[in-house]
Amino acid sequence: MTTPASNPPAGEFEPKIVAYVCNWCTYLGADLAGTNRLEYPANVRIIRLPCTGRIDFNLIVKAFEIGADAVLVSGCHPGDCHYTSGNYHARRRWILFRELLATLGIETGRVHFAWISAAEGKKFQQVISEITSQTRDLGPYRAYREICEICEV
Amino acid sequence: MEIGYYPGCALHGSSNDYEMSVRACLAALGVRLRELDDWICCGATAAHSLNRKLAVALPARNLGLAERDGMHEVLAPCPMCSMQLMKARCLLSADAALQDEISAIVEVEVRGTTRICNLIQIFQQVGYERIRDAAVQRLEACRPACYYGCLLTRPPGVVQFDDCEHPTSMETLLSELGAAPVEWNYKTECCGAGMTMANEATILELGHRILSNAAAHGANCLVVACPMCHVNLDMKQAAVNQRFAAAHDMVVYYLSDLVGLALGLAPAALGIPRHFVVRK
Amino acid sequence: MARIGVFTCWCGENIARNVDVQSVAEQAAHLPGVRCSRVHKYMCSDPGQKLIRDTIAAEQLDGVVIASCSPHMHLKTFRKAAEHTGLNPYLVEMANIREHCSWVHPERARATAKAVDLIRVAVAKVRHNRALEPIQVPVTRKALVIGGGVAGIQAALDIADAGVPVTLVEREPSIGGKMAGLSETFPTLDCSQCILTPRMVEVAQHPNITLYTCSEVEQVAGYVGNFQVTIRKRARYIDIDKCTGCGQCWNVCPSKKTPSEFDYGLGTRTAIYAPFPQAVPARPVIDRDACLRLTKGRCGLCVKKCQAGAIRFEDQDELVGENVGAIIVATGYQLYEIGKPGEPGRIAGYGEYGYGRYPDVISSLQFERLVSASGPTGGEIRRPSDGAIPKTVVFISCVGSRDNAKGLSYCSKICCMVNAKHTMLYKHKVHDGQAHVFYMDIRAGGKNYDEFVRRAIEQDGAHYHRGRVSKITQEDGRLIVRGVDTLAGEPLTIAADLVVLAAAMRPAAGVEELAQKVNVSYDEFGFLCESHPKLRPVETNAAGVFVCGACQGPKDIPESVTQASAAAGKVLLMFSRDRLYREPEIAHVQESACAGCFTCRRGCPYHAIDSAEIRDRQGQLVRRVARVNPGLCMGCGTCVALCLSKSIDLEGSSEQQVYAMVESLR
Repeated sequence: MTTPASNPPAGEFEPKIVAYVCNWCTYLGADLAGTNRLEYPANVRIIRLPCTGRIDFNLIVKAFEIGADAVLVSGCHPGDCHYTSGNYHARRRWILFRELLATLGIETGRVHFAWISAAEGKKFQQVISEITSQTRDLGPYRAYREICEICEV
Repeated sequence: MEIGYYPGCALHGSSNDYEMSVRACLAALGVRLRELDDWICCGATAAHSLNRKLAVALPARNLGLAERDGMHEVLAPCPMCSMQLMKARCLLSADAALQDEISAIVEVEVRGTTRICNLIQIFQQVGYERIRDAAVQRLEACRPACYYGCLLTRPPGVVQFDDCEHPTSMETLLSELGAAPVEWNYKTECCGAGMTMANEATILELGHRILSNAAAHGANCLVVACPMCHVNLDMKQAAVNQRFAAAHDMVVYYLSDLVGLALGLAPAALGIPRHFVVRK
Repeated sequence: MARIGVFTCWCGENIARNVDVQSVAEQAAHLPGVRCSRVHKYMCSDPGQKLIRDTIAAEQLDGVVIASCSPHMHLKTFRKAAEHTGLNPYLVEMANIREHCSWVHPERARATAKAVDLIRVAVAKVRHNRALEPIQVPVTRKALVIGGGVAGIQAALDIADAGVPVTLVEREPSIGGKMAGLSETFPTLDCSQCILTPRMVEVAQHPNITLYTCSEVEQVAGYVGNFQVTIRKRARYIDIDKCTGCGQCWNVCPSKKTPSEFDYGLGTRTAIYAPFPQAVPARPVIDRDACLRLTKGRCGLCVKKCQAGAIRFEDQDELVGENVGAIIVATGYQLYEIGKPGEPGRIAGYGEYGYGRYPDVISSLQFERLVSASGPTGGEIRRPSDGAIPKTVVFISCVGSRDNAKGLSYCSKICCMVNAKHTMLYKHKVHDGQAHVFYMDIRAGGKNYDEFVRRAIEQDGAHYHRGRVSKITQEDGRLIVRGVDTLAGEPLTIAADLVVLAAAMRPAAGVEELAQKVNVSYDEFGFLCESHPKLRPVETNAAGVFVCGACQGPKDIPESVTQASAAAGKVLLMFSRDRLYREPEIAHVQESACAGCFTCRRGCPYHAIDSAEIRDRQGQLVRRVARVNPGLCMGCGTCVALCLSKSIDLEGSSEQQVYAMVESLR
């Protein structure tokens, strides 16, 4: 977050979390959390996509590149995908991609996968809260940015 | 054909006529039995009433012995033994952590890979037609009521053998050998099992119903594949008659008795004269 | 040079309480591409929308971001507002600073910062939005209904009455389905055939309905609005135009032993037969496996008797093509097969009830035939074994249903009512008889349904026992039913003359193959899947294909009829305009870059990607590329992620848009 108003007091690290969510389940789940006024930390920024199947995993790497400290991918529960099978594709890709990320030295613990349905406002609140506090403990994710700086990207 | 063999306590004890019968009959069919070395009790009803882990460990040791000795298949002629062995095998084969735990307890490695068979399954493996072709006499005069009892087909998820509510595997085999099995109502009703000593009144009541129904449907003998059922229906038949003023005169054969007779074996070789109720 | 307008809403207090709206608007004004930034207390209100419209016109905006509530709430509203000023509606996006921000983040500074970020993301996206037009798909104003039971009949009549041509395809020789074989229907005890037959005749005579019986759908190609269907008309061996239905043929047929399908095996029929007296069409059919002439070349008595010359042994199956715009699947149900070996993974069913061994243990549909005046016993309730009138009848509920061991975990919904009905019909015919019902629960949720069950108990003296039956055996010609009465807390044994098993409702045989042909998904029981169980019960995820009746789930006649009319309504809605308009946020292929690997096609859940040929001027094939069918694509974007060369992209979530959104969070 580049706006001055959002800089935390010196010494307090506030993680930046990018969430790629599907329009039909998790986005509505987040809406429901809002309707129910369930509070959670303000660190997450949602990017709305039609389906988690749309997520090419380069998007995850991109999120780290722009400075995210953690990334969440969240969609419909298996079997409930609004488009039938998009979430299965996402899940399969993640299983393959996790190995690749680990081999490249990227901290796979900073990439989170969740199934949150439109009815699960509470779960959305819990997942965001957990990820935020976990990432706060892990600390800022410098590694990817440092490589970019070295390569002057 | 060679298979592993687990006699269990009954077959080496009071029901060794069943063992004679099984050994003689299977030998005549060219099936060699390799008895598990140093086998222990399967736990029967006692173990699972007291302690779940014990109920798995006792049969598991026998499974481990079979694995150690390279046996892929083991015959357990007593359905209580075969069911306990199958149940332990089901639990172990799906749970690696349990395998490790139990292996440590029984001091032999157990992975749950051995297949357990009952007597009827062995006959199915040999092949009913082969048995029929090897028979030297037909069982023409025989009208058996095939009695399966509780454990040969149940619990269905564990045993996975025949139709659990209306089994017909014994009838099919005996029909091939010329017998005329009757259709009757007590195929899978309980005989009282291990309550022979503890609750004789119930055993006699249940036995009376079974024997009566078999007779009412035109059977002239009963066929069983379980030593406990045999004891309750054969050894206790006189007591049933006395209690109920009945005149049951029903010979109770083991399945291997009838198959052995069809193959031309002498009754003595099959242990038949050791029964309490004999054919006149 | 982008000219984007940002409009931030107070939403009364909803946003303004936790977000400093003024500060947000000021910061938004400085975002790249933003021309102007306005605020309003209630952006969705008339004055709010007027502000948007006026600003678009005054500042000549080419993109709009509304920072307010969830797009699920008002995106359509704001897009319409933009459209009124002539701005393409797809150039409008929203930033959700209410549900995702002010309502969940009480700390003002952080909520305000997040709101600015969310607007930044939306602005970054909108800079890459393209003006889109809704996709128009031509529509063939003709419908296909598969299945001629009461649901199919109702749907066909509704559509035909609206002036739209309908083709109705039925696999049996007559329409009518299961309802034609019922005696009376609950809760009114109306004669089933009396209320159904007029409808059946209406179908046959309706000028807008083309009826194919003895027919099945062989293949379906195409997409919504434009399906090409191939129908197989199986050989009937009768010319139904020449045939007068006089019945001379089946009266002389010597092959009499085939079990009657209509009587569920309780009676027999001849090889040439009419399924039932009120069949529509009222014409016979020849069973090619039972006919002596067709199997052995002998007989032919029927031909000699037929004065209309309507019998044609040389008949062959015929394939017919139909073009339709919409398809309704109404294939109905069958009963769970009691006692037959189970499917793999399921335990064989209920051998302990003796169905198939004891002739006097029958199913509920078989009992209907016994009661029915046109049935094998002329409506007298007689035991199959010896024809005696049963004085004690036991009805057993939930045979197959609600049973995880048999793999059918669901409730079949109608059996409680059917059992109550059967006890009443039995009592009305056998006045000194006694009916017993073994039940788990009584499910009687419709209008007058519970009163109906009470009537069976209080007026017609049925004995209801709460408990299951463990075993049925036969003793001296009677059936010994051993069960339990859990309310009395005792085992209960009843010596019955007849036992009726209320078997579970399952979808009709072959439904899975048909579902694959029309691209409709089905659950583990074979019931066809609706789009949404609450709000879209008759649509499916295949555009243009609808479902109704028992093929979607167990249900009774009123519900089947309701769903059928609903499906017909959806079809007529689709046909109400010449063209179908679909959302344009779909995928498209950049054919010059496409290598034709078709990974996208394999991943598409809607089979919306075709292979297209690129030919040169001489007509020679240059290469094949993927091409998206705009009539089928639902815009999920799975193909975009799968594409190895990134030749396929998704409007509304394009690569540029998504990367711009993430990049803006740097």
